Amino acid sequence: MLQVLMLAVQIKRDSQGRLIRVWTVSAVSPVERSGAWGIGKVRDAWRHYFALSDTARQNEELIRENGQLKLEIMQLQSKSAEADRLASLLNFKQKQAKVPMVLARVIGSSADANSAVVYLDQGLHEGIRKNMGVITPEGVVGKVIESYGDTSQVLLLTDRDSGVSAMIADSRIHGQVGGMGEPLLDMKHVGADEEVKIGDRVVTSGMDRIFPKDLPVGTISQVKPGTAFKQLRVRPSANIERLEEVIVLLTTDPLTLKQEAPAAGNAAVTPPSSAQPISGLTNTKPAEKHP
Amino acid sequence: MNDTFDLRISESHIEVHKFHGGTILLCVIFALVLQAFLPVYIPKASVLDLPLLITIYFGLSRRNPSTGLLLGTFIGLLQDSLSKTPIGLFGIAKTVIGYLASSIGARLDTEHPLARFALTAAFFALHQGIVVLVQKLLLAQPQPWFTTRLLEACIVNAILGVFLYHFLDRLRKS
Repeated sequence: MLQVLMLAVQIKRDSQGRLIRVWTVSAVSPVERSGAWGIGKVRDAWRHYFALSDTARQNEELIRENGQLKLEIMQLQSKSAEADRLASLLNFKQKQAKVPMVLARVIGSSADANSAVVYLDQGLHEGIRKNMGVITPEGVVGKVIESYGDTSQVLLLTDRDSGVSAMIADSRIHGQVGGMGEPLLDMKHVGADEEVKIGDRVVTSGMDRIFPKDLPVGTISQVKPGTAFKQLRVRPSANIERLEEVIVLLTTDPLTLKQEAPAAGNAAVTPPSSAQPISGLTNTKPAEKHP
Repeated sequence: MNDTFDLRISESHIEVHKFHGGTILLCVIFALVLQAFLPVYIPKASVLDLPLLITIYFGLSRRNPSTGLLLGTFIGLLQDSLSKTPIGLFGIAKTVIGYLASSIGARLDTEHPLARFALTAAFFALHQGIVVLVQKLLLAQPQPWFTTRLLEACIVNAILGVFLYHFLDRLRKS
């Protein structure tokens, strides 16, 4: 009975029982953090000392470099396309602003099998706040739904309650990409008469004011006709099922891809707890100062 | 340990199992941490519901409806606070499961692996049913009653339950 009342109060007041969550997360996250640290150490020892020490290290370097190059290509493609479309309208001489970001490690997941949520090892102390975007060099991952002292909770794109404003990269057809509780995503609100084909790239539209425009979301993997809207399935660009490290964009201000950016930055190699600007992103408002 | 599925009418024949101090608490914490930790490294592990298995096991073993109810409430609320669901959703479901498991445990001998498999599968389905019902009725969040993933999860959890319970039996006071 008490729990029914608690549910009612939470729904009525739009509250999520933060105090209880803070206690539990504070109690559990050190164990998760230690576990993640321990597993990381054991795995590192295995990779670097017992199994092909040089190969494993080179592989890590290449994966990291590959991530940086993907990010750079994405930014260059976006710059080029946007320049073509809007060259006559936009002033590309915007003053470059730096967007702070932080690299975080995934230390845990939801205790509920029905929701796609992960915990990160960075929180309020690193400037992470609710509704901040979470990405990897491959693409969009999700958004922060709760932030605690040294931990934050991220709602993944594959969750049923998740959603991001997106568009088809080439045709610029807008829609809403959300999770279905399974590996593939669902793209809604794309008219039945629009032309969409399998393999089309889906990118963020920037309309949700969480993610900058033109970040990769995924590729169309299924197209079915519908009465008013097409039924589209999207395969996420980011490997959402096997996340280990992610980038949190430390601002909730609207972002847009900047026009004249230096080469893609060191997003993937930035050590945790050091907020670094992500190259190619500009903040349309002055950077927010997080205490 | 009796290896036959023994249905007994008289409650006086049912043995109430005791555990060493702190065993239940440690098992609960370990299950919750594993539940939140394993899927990061083994994505398929997200189908497991270790807190539910712990609720069922200790409910069936202790055979005291009050204890089962309180244990279910405690585990459910902890699980809620580690999820994005409103506090109370899993609390309600596991309270019911804890109560039912201990009530059934007080009437039936549930030591046989087949009985354990069947009970765990039934409790898993009931737990999911309660969660979906609460989500539909109280939270206005429509969720499917049945998916193939749910069926898979039901079977996987029931199989795991049989092995886990066998391991947990060793923690009983002799």
